[in-house]
Amino acid sequence: MAVPIAYYLVLSAILFSIGVGAFLIKRNIITVFMSIELMLNAVNLSFVAFAYQWHRVQGQIFVFFVMVVAAAEAVVGLAIIIAIFRSRSTLNVDQVNLMKL
Amino acid sequence: MTGNPSLHLWLIPLLPFLGFLLNGLLGRHLPKALVSTIALLFTAAPLALVAGIALRFRSLPLPYIERTAMPWIITSAFRADFAFMLDPLTLVMLLVVTGVGFLIHIYSVGYMAHEEGYWRYFAYLNLFMFFMLILVLAENFLWMFVGWEGVGLASYLLIGFYFLRESAASAGIKAFLLNRIGDFGFLLAMFLMIAHFGSLSFNRVFTAIAEHPQMQGGFLTAIALLLLLGATGKSAQIPLYVWLPDAMEGPTPVSALIHAATMVTAGVYMIVRSHTLFDRSPFALGVVAVIGAATALFAATVGMVQTDIKRVLAYSTISQLGYMFLACGAAAYSAAIFHLVTHAFFKGLLFLAAGSVIHALGGQQDMRAMGGLRKATPVTFWTMSAAVFAIAGLPPFSGFFSKDEILYQTFLSPTAGPILWLVGLVTVLLTAFYMFRLWYLTFFGASRAEPGHEHPHESPWVMLVPLILLAVLSVAGGWIGIPRALGGNDQFAHFLDPVLSPPSPPSYEQIRITMNEQGVARAAEASTPQAPARPAGNDNQERLFSVLSVVMALAGWFMADLLYRRKPAMAHQLAQRAGGAYGLLLHKYWIDQLYNALIVVPLLFLTRYLLWGAVDSGIINGGGSAAAGTVRGLGALVQRVQSGNIRSYAGWLAIGAAALLLLTYFGFSMHV
Repeated sequence: MAVPIAYYLVLSAILFSIGVGAFLIKRNIITVFMSIELMLNAVNLSFVAFAYQWHRVQGQIFVFFVMVVAAAEAVVGLAIIIAIFRSRSTLNVDQVNLMKL
Repeated sequence: MTGNPSLHLWLIPLLPFLGFLLNGLLGRHLPKALVSTIALLFTAAPLALVAGIALRFRSLPLPYIERTAMPWIITSAFRADFAFMLDPLTLVMLLVVTGVGFLIHIYSVGYMAHEEGYWRYFAYLNLFMFFMLILVLAENFLWMFVGWEGVGLASYLLIGFYFLRESAASAGIKAFLLNRIGDFGFLLAMFLMIAHFGSLSFNRVFTAIAEHPQMQGGFLTAIALLLLLGATGKSAQIPLYVWLPDAMEGPTPVSALIHAATMVTAGVYMIVRSHTLFDRSPFALGVVAVIGAATALFAATVGMVQTDIKRVLAYSTISQLGYMFLACGAAAYSAAIFHLVTHAFFKGLLFLAAGSVIHALGGQQDMRAMGGLRKATPVTFWTMSAAVFAIAGLPPFSGFFSKDEILYQTFLSPTAGPILWLVGLVTVLLTAFYMFRLWYLTFFGASRAEPGHEHPHESPWVMLVPLILLAVLSVAGGWIGIPRALGGNDQFAHFLDPVLSPPSPPSYEQIRITMNEQGVARAAEASTPQAPARPAGNDNQERLFSVLSVVMALAGWFMADLLYRRKPAMAHQLAQRAGGAYGLLLHKYWIDQLYNALIVVPLLFLTRYLLWGAVDSGIINGGGSAAAGTVRGLGALVQRVQSGNIRSYAGWLAIGAAALLLLTYFGFSMHV
């Protein structure tokens, strides 16, 4: 018997909230980066759940798009993180504040 | 218009303007010889044009009106053209302006030879000629006003020519501001004319007045009085005369051209030009006459005690302009113009000769440091003598005829009358006194020159030739208008008759002849006498008056002779004996101080504390500051958001997303 959609959505919301919370709290850039991935995947989960619920393929396709973007983002983001580490010898976001007035 | 070949009147003012442009834009880099050549050429050319017109004047259809192809201002209710007009009055003014103007240009070449800003001087002088010729040639009040303002500008620039000297700079500003007051009156008069006649064209306005004999007084008086206010500003009459004595800060040839011969007579010209208007308002004429007589007497009394040679001449100019106003007020317009012409000759000459004296003494203007110049500067002495005799009104010099005409007409006129005539007669005595005083102090007795200037030298010929020419005109200039009583035939008055003769000016009807015959019939019907009736005098009476004024002039001469040649000590005694009156005159009746206390100080107070302190600093500045402060405070507040901390940005992002979400949720739920 099928799991009701509400379960998926609640799980998705929990994952997303954990992502947001980690994003706001964590100082290590890699952790921040991972929390973004967590948020993206929380959204992916709700896409898939709805696709299954309504028997529509668009949600699944959208998930692929998100994955592609996430992969690209990972490439660029990790490159930036390496560049930051090389120049600053730290991964603490609070010290990456050149734009501060 | 008339089918005749165009006279190209527009060229007359335009040529000096070209000279102004050339000298003004390029003069700085040109050698002095070229600058003066340009200036002289572009002044001689209009003189030649005017002379050409004068030669064939008799054969021209008058008045000749020339319009440029393009209108200037055109609205549904009002139209103004760049129109030029030629009639006998214009011709007289043109001859005076270009003739005397050209002579003074020549003189300036010598006088200004060693001055800084030579090119600037001649550029301004040509600019003045441009505006003055527009003023004289204009066919409507607005176009005339352009010239009117323009000569004021040129006058301002030339008074302040030595702008490094503070007194010169402030004299320029004073002249400009006082003229503004007069121009204000002129402007209001024009607005009234537009309101009542829908036009500013001389032809239209005067024809409209001529066609409506029922128009008397009322708004015509208002217009006339406002025009008079304008004229008192430009022609330095009471109450706006105070700028003219200060205007002597400019170079002397400027004083001769602008502040004696031409510009200051613009007010007289304007009144004579609009005489149709003044004729309908005996009250306004009376005011003109009273102002003229009062100014003549008042300025003459001040002129008696001044020690600066140019200031004496300045007050003399004011006084003589007063005579012209008196003539206007007596509705003796041709006498006014006659005196304007002779005055241009002899007063221009007086100033130029004074300039020559000043030149000879190395810049000395105080008559107490002159004396005995007769031998050293013979040409200056003889030419100036001609002018002195002319202004004093001794026959057969020019001033005698014109002044006599004015006095006689004043006596006869219902708007002026015997009392004003008496004032004029006393002024004759004073005039002769102060002029001969100047003459004796400058040329006779022992030299009182300051050390270093004991050997005055005669001026160069380039300055003496204009003096001699003007001297000839000062002697003979009056012979064009010898009255019938004295064996002449009033040629000058007859020449101006087409413009001035009452009842209605037929000259303006002549245009209508060429335009349509019906108009003439209508105009002829409407022509009714409008000038106040003037009792006819007889020849014997006129001769008696002449003798009277000559006796007065001789009396003035005798007094000056007594006080300044035979018994020089007496002058001091007299001055001490009449200490109060003398001080009053010496300080020019304290008028400058009075104006200062009554007008300038309150105005400055108002400006400084109310307008500047309260309105400018408080409201305008304060408003700006408040707006700037608000923005700055808001900025400081919002600035905190830009912390540079990535996590705080993320936090704002999250809050924003949450807010959007809530808004969407509740927003939808509210609509549903």
